[in-house]
Amino acid sequence: MRAQAPSPVGPAAPRRPGGLRARPHPTYLAFLVHRVSGLLLALFLPLHFWALSRAIEGEAALEGFLRWADTPLVKAGEWLLVVLLAAHLAGGLRVLALEFLGWRRRQKDMVAVTAGFALACGLLFLLNLL
Amino acid sequence: MRAMTSVRGQVHLWVAQRVTAMLLAVAVTVHLVTIILAVRGGLTAADILGRLRGHEGWLAFYAVFALAAGLHGAIGLRNIAAEMLGWRGRGFDLAWLGIGLLTAAFGIRAAWGLYAA
Repeated sequence: MRAQAPSPVGPAAPRRPGGLRARPHPTYLAFLVHRVSGLLLALFLPLHFWALSRAIEGEAALEGFLRWADTPLVKAGEWLLVVLLAAHLAGGLRVLALEFLGWRRRQKDMVAVTAGFALACGLLFLLNLL
Repeated sequence: MRAMTSVRGQVHLWVAQRVTAMLLAVAVTVHLVTIILAVRGGLTAADILGRLRGHEGWLAFYAVFALAAGLHGAIGLRNIAAEMLGWRGRGFDLAWLGIGLLTAAFGIRAAWGLYAA
């Protein structure tokens, strides 16, 4: 049997019977979401503190910033940040439960609950915003 | 000896990441509830300051929150930079610790601004 040449773009995802490419495991997607949300939140943190520190210059300065932020684009950004924060919180709790409580069973269900929690927080934010 | 110090440093960072994660689990839950309730009817400086101005309890909460978030974020960035960019070693670890503490100080300053405004 002839050895197959390695793919130039790395190992191919395993194939299921019928030729369908296997989907990534939900826990891998959860890892990616946790990492990307953490990265974006960590980069946003100094900006958030800068915005809040407008209060040092007085109520008018803080109000001026809030009115500047009163645009659909900024509100969409705020919605995204709420979803990222909720996703990072729920994903982090799943990891802590796994590490400290040994909750290893039903990880796919746990991932689904964390995704549901993040989207529910986003929806509640939107409902209160509109 | 150097390798042992490095392993000890890694353990300290891992513990700090988990302890701050536990603090943040509580703080972020409170923060999310506050955000969702506060945006109802529009966000104004008067509303924010009405809640925070002169309240020691909120000041203490946000000071602990800022410290935990600053350190947790910096350790997370350090882990990503080590894995993806190969930025490893004591020098990088100390730099990330400095960034975390600086971010936390910036947050505590903002919390003080909201308390004293």
